[in-house]
Amino acid sequence: MAEFLHMGGYAFYVWWSYGVVGVVLAYHYFSPLVRRKKLIRELASSPLNRNAEQ
Amino acid sequence: MNSNAEQTRSGVSGGWRWFHRFGSPAYFYRFASRWSKWFGWLALLFFAAGLYGGLIVAPPDYQMGDSYRIIYIHVPSAWMSMFTYVVMAVAAATGLIWHMKLGDAVARACAPLGAAFTFCALVTGSLWGRPTWGTYWVWDARLTSELVLLFLFFGYMALANAIEDRRSASRAAALLALVGLINLPIIHYSVEWWNTLHQGSTVTRMGRPTMDTRMLIPLLTMFIAFKLYFFSAMLNRVRCELLDQERRTKWVAEVVNG
Repeated sequence: MAEFLHMGGYAFYVWWSYGVVGVVLAYHYFSPLVRRKKLIRELASSPLNRNAEQ
Repeated sequence: MNSNAEQTRSGVSGGWRWFHRFGSPAYFYRFASRWSKWFGWLALLFFAAGLYGGLIVAPPDYQMGDSYRIIYIHVPSAWMSMFTYVVMAVAAATGLIWHMKLGDAVARACAPLGAAFTFCALVTGSLWGRPTWGTYWVWDARLTSELVLLFLFFGYMALANAIEDRRSASRAAALLALVGLINLPIIHYSVEWWNTLHQGSTVTRMGRPTMDTRMLIPLLTMFIAFKLYFFSAMLNRVRCELLDQERRTKWVAEVVNG
């Protein structure tokens, strides 16, 4: 396990690469899910929403 | 009136009708949800397999040691940065030329994802360049043209969000996307046209020495994973864009009050 993490001396470069890509891809995956929920809430309370229940 | 419309529609061929339905924002909104889930789970599976193969099974490179393992995210990111640009430009063109609203939504959804892939390609390339070339960055043809790609995505996003009227904003941004297409062959052929530090293609090159199969299979697996990820994430983004773009329509009201 320690040898795996050591990456033959390239741990810094390898793990930073995987870390950055992992964080960027995860962010871009989950942010639209959050944004859609927010958007739906926003539209529900907007004056444009004529169909809202009285 | 109603039966008349029904008759006209049944006269249209099945493929064309499918195209119309598919292009309808209300239909696509529902469709995107289902497909995004499928692509998402499949992507996760391929990521797991690709990471296992690339980080654990594949042997170290005889020259670069373990630093070469960056290839499993660097090359797919770089490929996807260009693929996403093509999807964005084609979608933007359908919006610009045929006024397909879905095209604008897809193009808008692609831009931030494309920027993310380009950013990943640049960062991982930089982190790979340091131990391999001895520098994080050089103003070399491949690296510079990829940086231009990042600015093209940013430019698209800036234009698409700068103008108050969404339609004209999409049109202006679409023009930029189409002009920017010229950068793609430049990125692709940069390693052949100019004397560059960046190596040529490893995967598609003919003859020897080629990649070991144990190294190649995880790379292809990661490539599929990135592609599935792209479609899943892009469809989720399109859903947001459609809600935003169609906020005055009945189907959005139904979704919102549903």
